[in-house]
Amino acid sequence: MKIIFIWVVAVFMYLPALPVMAQTPSEAEIELRAKEVGRALRCVVCQNQPIEESDASLAQDMRKLVRARIRKGDSNEEVMAFMQNRYGDFVLLKPPVQANTYLLWFTPAALLGFFLIWYVVRVRRGSAKIDAPTLSADELKRFTALANDQEKNQ
Amino acid sequence: MKLTWKGIIPLVVFLALGIAFAIGLTKDPSKLPSQMINRPFPDFSLPDLLDMDVTIDQSYFDGQVTLVNIFGSWCVACDQEHPVLMKLARNNEIPILGVDWRDTVEKGRRWLARGGNPYTRVVFDADSMLAIDLGVTGAPESFIVDKQGNIRYKFIGPITEKIWRDELKPFVLMLEAEQ
Repeated sequence: MKIIFIWVVAVFMYLPALPVMAQTPSEAEIELRAKEVGRALRCVVCQNQPIEESDASLAQDMRKLVRARIRKGDSNEEVMAFMQNRYGDFVLLKPPVQANTYLLWFTPAALLGFFLIWYVVRVRRGSAKIDAPTLSADELKRFTALANDQEKNQ
Repeated sequence: MKLTWKGIIPLVVFLALGIAFAIGLTKDPSKLPSQMINRPFPDFSLPDLLDMDVTIDQSYFDGQVTLVNIFGSWCVACDQEHPVLMKLARNNEIPILGVDWRDTVEKGRRWLARGGNPYTRVVFDADSMLAIDLGVTGAPESFIVDKQGNIRYKFIGPITEKIWRDELKPFVLMLEAEQ
């Protein structure tokens, strides 16, 4: 009984993934995927909102188009590529990793690395300075002699 | 006080940021670089605003340099641009293909009846089918299409007489001289 129940649950869990392979995706799945795509595409009128959240009329038409293309069997990536092809990288809310965005993507990591190295070097140099001035055997002898004299005088 | 190379670092950083901001913040963010330059005009098949039973498609461009103008009766800047287009049409400067974008048939027709129709044909694009294919972000926007049907120039905003004379017309003449 329990085994059957687990199987039923498992089948239902994987159901949403099935229509991806099917020829015509279900309406619910189209909506789900269209929302996902729509949240990753920038509204080119209002510019800092995804088309899924924008009230601009062009964004409405873009949402319609996204749904129409998914219904026709496009993958999410194909829909994104379609928009990128027409509106450029700007339409993607997440900038792609490519030659002209390396600076954007890798500067934080590079800065972190740089400061870590800088910090380690500084700490090393600092501790080296503390080690440097030690007394020679001769100086130590004179120091203890002076200290002993002082004690006697007290 | 001695000026060391370390002391110069903040100044260098400040100057670099200043230059980056001076370039980045003075660009008009609504003017996106066009992806469409030197690409064939996208295939389309849409009704003619003035006769909805007739469809217009890319065969319209056959062998002539054309100005494609995106407009709409709702578009304020288009009113400002309209007399300039009328003048181009009167002087037979260039065939103009109108794209009535996100409009209704009545409003579009009324708009043309009021100010005159400078367009050789008017494509009716209510659902942004052609507009999105062209990467249009607002109206008015204009494209210059060459004899082979390739997009060669994009202009965002209303065309003024000065812009036509100094910027667009020389480009059109250059395209017309091409084989």
